[in-house]
Amino acid sequence: MRRGSWLRAVVGSPTGAFGVGWLALVAVAAVASPFWTPLDPFATDPYAAWAPPSTEHLFGTDSVGRDVFSYVARASTTTALVALASGATALVVGVLLAVLGSLTPRWARDSVAVLIDVLVAFPTILIAMALAAAFGGSLGVVVIAAGTGYGVNIARVSRAEIRRVGREDYVLAARAAGVGALGVVTRHVLPNVAPLFAVQLSLAMATSILAEAGLSFLGYGASAETASWGRLLSDLQKFIGVHPWSIVWPGAAITLTVLAFNLLGDAVRDAGDPRLRPRAATPADRPGVVS
Amino acid sequence: MIRFTAGRLVLFALGLVVASVLIFATLRLLPGDVAQVIAGTTGSPAQVAALRTELGLDRSIVSQYLDWAGGLLRLDLGRSLVTGTPVGDEIADKLAVTLPLAGLSLVIGLLIGVPLGVLAALRRRRPLGTAVSVGAQVLAAVPAVWAGMLLIALVAVTLRWLPTQGFPIDGWSDPAAALRSLVLPAVTIGLVEGAVLLRFTRSAALGALDADYVRAAAAKGMTRDRALVRHGLPNVMLSVVSVLGIQVAGLVVGAVLVEQLFSLPGVGRMLVADVGRRDLTKVQGELMTLTAIVLAVGFVVDVVHRSVDPRSRERGE
Repeated sequence: MRRGSWLRAVVGSPTGAFGVGWLALVAVAAVASPFWTPLDPFATDPYAAWAPPSTEHLFGTDSVGRDVFSYVARASTTTALVALASGATALVVGVLLAVLGSLTPRWARDSVAVLIDVLVAFPTILIAMALAAAFGGSLGVVVIAAGTGYGVNIARVSRAEIRRVGREDYVLAARAAGVGALGVVTRHVLPNVAPLFAVQLSLAMATSILAEAGLSFLGYGASAETASWGRLLSDLQKFIGVHPWSIVWPGAAITLTVLAFNLLGDAVRDAGDPRLRPRAATPADRPGVVS
Repeated sequence: MIRFTAGRLVLFALGLVVASVLIFATLRLLPGDVAQVIAGTTGSPAQVAALRTELGLDRSIVSQYLDWAGGLLRLDLGRSLVTGTPVGDEIADKLAVTLPLAGLSLVIGLLIGVPLGVLAALRRRRPLGTAVSVGAQVLAAVPAVWAGMLLIALVAVTLRWLPTQGFPIDGWSDPAAALRSLVLPAVTIGLVEGAVLLRFTRSAALGALDADYVRAAAAKGMTRDRALVRHGLPNVMLSVVSVLGIQVAGLVVGAVLVEQLFSLPGVGRMLVADVGRRDLTKVQGELMTLTAIVLAVGFVVDVVHRSVDPRSRERGE
C-alpha cells in the first residue's frame, strides 16, 4: 500500500485522529517545557499552597505551592523520553528474539520459542523490582524493565508471522540469488512484517508509560528532581483526604496519553495490512495491564 | 491429555528454573561489594567481613546459587538479612492478604468483563454497545494507582462507606472487617483487569456471532441473542479461560501497586519495602514466590483449558 493513503487512513479514523492529535500535543509540550513553562514547575511557595484552579494557576497548586500545570507540562518530557527509549528497547529485543525464534535451525528456533514462553510470564514490574534491588530505582531501570518485558511479548506475537514470511517465494528467490542471511532478514523479511511491529511499538509505549507511572509512584522510578506524573500522584496521595480532587490532573494526563497510544495502535492495525485484522483481538494485543 | 499435561509440566518446571537463575543473577549484578552496600556506610570492616561469610559471598557464584536453589526445593527461602527471621514464614503470612486480594479482584474482573463484553458484542451497532466499548477502551488506559485514588476519594472520603486504608491488625480473626478492607483494593484491580477482559470477551463473542452454529441456531428460529447465549457462550468462556493465565500476571502487578496504595500488609508491599532496604534474600524469595504463582496459574489454566475443550479430547486419547 502506498504510504500517503495509509497515513490518511490512520488520521482519517476518529480514534486515529484523537491518538495522533493528543500525542502531537504531548510531543510539543515535551520539547517546549524544558525551555518554557508558564511558571517554574519546581518553585515552591508555602503561602500559595492548594490554590484552586485560576488564570494564574490553571490546574491550581499542590501542598508546597508548586504550579501543577507547569509541573504536568514539564513531566511530559519525562514521559516522552521513557516511551521512546522503552519502545526502541522493546523493538530491538522483540525483533532479535523473534528472528532467532523463527529463521534459525530447528533446535535453536525451538529453544528460543520455549524461552519466549517462559519469559512472557514475568510481569514487568517484578523485573523492575529485581533491577531496583540491585541498582536502586531510576528511569533507566524502568526503561530496561518495560523494554525487555514488552519486547518478549512482541517476539511472541510476531514469531509466527516472521516464520510465514520467511517461507514466501520472494524470500526463497532472494536466497537463491545469493543474498546473505542478514540481507534476507533486513531487506526482505522485516519490511513485510513492519505493520505488525508498528502496532506493537505503539502498545509498547503505552505499557511503558503505565510502568513508569506505577514505579515512580512506588518511589523506584523518577528521582525527586525529575518531574513525573507518577511521582506527582504519589505526592498528592498523602493529601487525598483533604484535597481529593487534586489528583485529577496527573492521572488524566497519564490516562489520555496511554489511551492515545492504544488508539493509535488500533488505527495503524486497521489501516495497515488487512491480514493482521483477524488477529486483532488476541490477548497478546494487550498483555496484562502493567501500570 | 496425559502427554500434554506432562509436556506442560516440564515447561512449568523449566520456567521455575529459568526464573530462579534470572532472579538470582539480577540481584548479584549489584555493583560493588554487596556486603558493604547492605552494611551501609556505618558498617565496620569486621561487620562487613562477617556479613560476607554469612551471605556466602566468599564462595563461587555457582555454589551460592545451588545453595539457594536447593533451599527452594525444600521450601526454605533463607533468612532475612535485616531481621534474621525466616523468609518463608513471613511470605506465607503475607500471602493470607495477597491471595484473597488477587482472588477477589479476579472475580470482580470477570463479573465486569464477561457480561458487559457479551453485551457490547450483541449491541455492537447500537449506542449502548459503542458506549460500553469506549468505556472499556478508556478504563484499560487508566493507571491502577489512579483508579484506586479516585475510588478512595469517591467512596471512602466523600461517602465514607469503607475504610480508606489498612487491614485489621489481627488479620482474619474478624473476617467481616478483613473483607471490608479488601473491597476497595479488589475493586481497583478488578476494574482495570475487567476492562481488559471485557475487550477480549467482546471480540471472542463477535467471532462466535459469525460462527456457523450460532447462525444455524438463529436460522431455525432462535433470536440472535439467545443463540449466542445458548450456543456461543461456552466457546466464548473457553477463550476467556485461555487468557486468564496472562491476566494473573496483571493481578500480581496490580497487587504490588494497590497494596502499597491501600497500606495492605501483603507480599507486594513487603517487596516494595524490602527493595528499599536491600534485603536481598527476602527480595529473592518474594520475587520467586510471585513468579511461581504466575507460572503455576498459567500451568493450571492451560491444563484446564485443554481438558474442557471437547475438540482436544476427541483428537487424542
